[in-house]
Amino acid sequence: MLTVKERIHDTAKPPPVRRTNRPFKSLTFSYNGQEFKGYQGDTLASAMLANGIDVIGRSFKYSRPRGIVAAGAEEPNAVMQLGATEATQVPNVRATQQELFHGLVSKSTNGWPNVDTDIMSLLGKVGGKMMPPGFYYKTFMYPQSMWDTYENLIRKAAGLGRSPLETDPDTYDKVNQHCDIMIVGAGPAGLAAAQTAARSGASVIIADEQSEFGGSLLSSKELLNGKPAGDWVAEVVAELEAADNVLVLPRSTVNGYHDHNFLTIHERRTDHIGDLAPAGQVRQRLHRVRAKWVVLATGAHERPLVFANNDVPGCMVANAVSTYINRYGVVPGKELVLMTTNDNGYQAAIDWAEAGRKVVAIVDTRQSPAGDRIDAARKLGINIITGSAVIEVQGSKRVTGVSVAPISSDGSMVSGSVQRLSVDTVASSGGWSPVIHLSCHTGSRPVWNEEIVGFLPGPTVQKQLVAGGINGSYATGKAMGEGVEAANSAIASLNLDAVSVDLPTTEEVAEGPVQTLFHIPHTKPTSAAPKQFVDYQNDVTASGIELACREGYESIEHVKRYTAMGFGTDQGKLGNINGMAIAAKTLNKSIPETGTTIFRPNYTPVTFGALVGRDCGELFDPERYTAMHKWHLENGAKFEDVGQWKRPWYFPKAGETMQEALNRECLATRESVGILDASTLGKIDIQGKDAREFLGRVYTNPWAKLAVGKCRYGLMCGEDGMVFDDGVTTCLGENHFLMTTTSGGAARVYEWLELYHQTEWPELEVYFNTVTDHWATMTISGPNSRKLLEEVCTDIDLSNEAFSFMDWKAGTVAGVPARVFRISFTGELSYEINVQANYGLQVWEKLFEHGEKYNLTPYGTETMHILRAEKGFIIAGQDTDGSVHPHDLGMSWCVSDKKPFSYIGKRGMKREDCVRENRKQLVGLKTKDPMVVIPEGSQGVFDKNAPIPMPMVGHVTSSYYSAVLGHSIAMGFVKGGLNRMGETVYYPQADGSVIEAEICSPIFLDPKGERQNV
Amino acid sequence: MLYIYCPHCGEHREEEEFHPKGQAHIARPLDPDNCTDKEWGEYLYFRKNPRGLHHELWVHAAGCRKFFNMTRDTVTYEIKEVYKIGEQPSVVADS
Repeated sequence: MLTVKERIHDTAKPPPVRRTNRPFKSLTFSYNGQEFKGYQGDTLASAMLANGIDVIGRSFKYSRPRGIVAAGAEEPNAVMQLGATEATQVPNVRATQQELFHGLVSKSTNGWPNVDTDIMSLLGKVGGKMMPPGFYYKTFMYPQSMWDTYENLIRKAAGLGRSPLETDPDTYDKVNQHCDIMIVGAGPAGLAAAQTAARSGASVIIADEQSEFGGSLLSSKELLNGKPAGDWVAEVVAELEAADNVLVLPRSTVNGYHDHNFLTIHERRTDHIGDLAPAGQVRQRLHRVRAKWVVLATGAHERPLVFANNDVPGCMVANAVSTYINRYGVVPGKELVLMTTNDNGYQAAIDWAEAGRKVVAIVDTRQSPAGDRIDAARKLGINIITGSAVIEVQGSKRVTGVSVAPISSDGSMVSGSVQRLSVDTVASSGGWSPVIHLSCHTGSRPVWNEEIVGFLPGPTVQKQLVAGGINGSYATGKAMGEGVEAANSAIASLNLDAVSVDLPTTEEVAEGPVQTLFHIPHTKPTSAAPKQFVDYQNDVTASGIELACREGYESIEHVKRYTAMGFGTDQGKLGNINGMAIAAKTLNKSIPETGTTIFRPNYTPVTFGALVGRDCGELFDPERYTAMHKWHLENGAKFEDVGQWKRPWYFPKAGETMQEALNRECLATRESVGILDASTLGKIDIQGKDAREFLGRVYTNPWAKLAVGKCRYGLMCGEDGMVFDDGVTTCLGENHFLMTTTSGGAARVYEWLELYHQTEWPELEVYFNTVTDHWATMTISGPNSRKLLEEVCTDIDLSNEAFSFMDWKAGTVAGVPARVFRISFTGELSYEINVQANYGLQVWEKLFEHGEKYNLTPYGTETMHILRAEKGFIIAGQDTDGSVHPHDLGMSWCVSDKKPFSYIGKRGMKREDCVRENRKQLVGLKTKDPMVVIPEGSQGVFDKNAPIPMPMVGHVTSSYYSAVLGHSIAMGFVKGGLNRMGETVYYPQADGSVIEAEICSPIFLDPKGERQNV
Repeated sequence: MLYIYCPHCGEHREEEEFHPKGQAHIARPLDPDNCTDKEWGEYLYFRKNPRGLHHELWVHAAGCRKFFNMTRDTVTYEIKEVYKIGEQPSVVADS
């Protein structure tokens, strides 16, 4: 076992190599409860490596120890839980992307009781044979009833963090942006594109997920114009930041690329500063960008190779090794062996050697590699073993050695004897995979390219351009050239003048061809060799993919789902291409034939905070209040949500139960006078010379003869003949009507009217306007309502002769201009007073001033429901469900057959199914036990002893206790109910009891309607 | 999310302002009373579900509240044209 000091730099002094230009500052952070030191400019991952932390988690399925393998967004293992307090917990953070700050608290998310001693690993150690692909499906399928139990155990055993149990104290927000050119990625290609675009005068946004711009240049020793690449980066960034037309977004991941060039950017504004955002600052921001052009300069990820035990901590992607050395000054080991299929991979060994550490060997799978980097490695005296591969790794919590053997020239088999090398770090490079994720988000399928051995973005309909690594152009000079070219192509389409920029001179590096090799052979067949991991995060192995193919999964999408390859939070950034290649080989197909799975948003995990922004708490959904809301609050109303409206539900007095309050409200209304805030009813003002004709077409009843000053109830159906809304419409003037709708249906009805006017009958001259919020509406109802109104309204003759039922009059109520409608939803003498909304509260209070002597009682929606049910009035949406026509409701009186125009619903009501016998019809229900209230929704049966499943004959839609009548009342649907008066229906309940009810008229009170006509 | 040009407002606006209302050009039969059940059923319920070009009815619900038609590719989500009610599409599928 190596000690920390042997492998890493001295944490008490600045590191020997560090390209970050921030002032040196030492920081303290904690990991699994232990304190460690790091530097400003570190990522959590680089600091962990510097401190010699090898094991950062346990694998998902086999509980194998895992270490850091990459240095960026593609990291599959180092997924940490952050947060110093319960409220600031953040799961699913890649240590490779988290900047270190003083006091950062991190925990590994896997491993129980801890990552170093993991009990679950026993399961893995007994052998992967216990857990082949489809293991969960195969093992836990039966008995199905046990799945919940299994699932709990499985979830406890493995996980990737947890959500906080307390409310997040930070603020998040969203910003909408528009730009001409959106550049994704600030590596050489993106920076060159941005510089070009900026100079053209176009509006530009450039975003990069890292804290610093530069991309691949941040971790390379490459010289530009003979100077460190960082100098050029700094120059370009300074120019961009100074330009008014450019928005520069570091720490901002473009996570989604949607239709019509809509992109979402997750900007982490303070995650690098501390556990909590500084006061007054937004922690994260979601930019929603609509761009005329998008330039994808997202670069490429290096692919690791697949070989036995390639998951032992100490196995890394070659380029990550270079990044940790060159960018963070951390050499992540002492003795390196590098395996590569290409020239580029050599750079890791060169950087390792130049950092003063020992490169035990470069193992090149190619027989006779040749190129500048190979020469450079030779010059450093590095031992290069050609035509060979690292076929197996030794070690458990850290690499201790490797087995190296010659392989056949096609890489399919081990062709010679095995030698052992003692090393603690294994770097591997299987070539590069362009980061095509965003290009896939809009549905474009990637295309395989033999030359670069990888997928390139496919054809797209988006205004999308690509430059650099995503295009397979890895050389810095070429990438920059493509950036300029892409920007100029966008500039040209924007009709701006082309821009020329002086790109820096780059070093030419001669490279030999890449070998197409993904899966390293072993002396044993794949199924018998030690595990060769393809997808680290989901523990998918080469043998697992082979098994899936043998079990008949031929589509790569099925292989993916069966093995779970690429299903992790890393979306298979490292492993997918290797897995597809292994599947292709097993199926004897080419990679293009096998195809690829596609990537979906988001590119990396996004916090809920950023997605939600400020649309939470009281801003989650708008709430609508009536003009009298304040009074309701002050008078102890309980509220009910009706659409977005807050409506008083009932007004309990101290110590009253809900039922007691309802009984009191109902009795007071029927005995004297009650008042309801009815402002939420939808109100649509309809004008025009054809308004009357239009009403006749959308309502089922006639409107041609409704005189000015009169009101009429109307039913509205769809073309299928089914009721969808109802309400009273009033003739205010010859060409002027006021339509009321249900509170929840107002917007729908309004759009419905516009639909028919604009698309079917544009020749009708009619205009609609929503006036719901313009009026405050209060309904006074009960035998004393006239007396009460007389006290506050002196300019309208309220006598029955002068102002009869279904009339309306304009006048003054409580000194305010008002429209008074004599309509009734309770069956009592009733007036609906409408005043301009801002006078609502004043008039309401005035009514109470005068109403005290009449025991004026406020009631809410529940009492309204009971009072109307006593009268058998329906509520559209409660007693209708889109499957009943007016005749089913016993409302044939409201349907005209004589109107000249075939109104909406007329033809629909006559369809075969609508005119058949035995449809479910709305009837009244009187329970045998008068005190029992049938639960709404209860299903009725005619034979209570019928075997299960019992034939159901309809459900209860409305059911209440009526204090006025002293017994329960209900309405419901019963098959052929209108012809079954007096028959019995049974309502079996979940508890085994059966409620018995007699079918009766739904009009329980005052069937002749005398009370409202006094 | 679509970026939709409203032919009434003369501006591109976000999809959030619009509601899709299904297939366009479904005219209400002029004489419903003389339609057979089959004819009425086809008017009510039968709709195309093409892969490719589709003519749709939309409404600028949170804008001018006007209805209009759109020719849209259901595979790529490209909007080929928008046109007012009563007008005919200029982009149509070959067949």
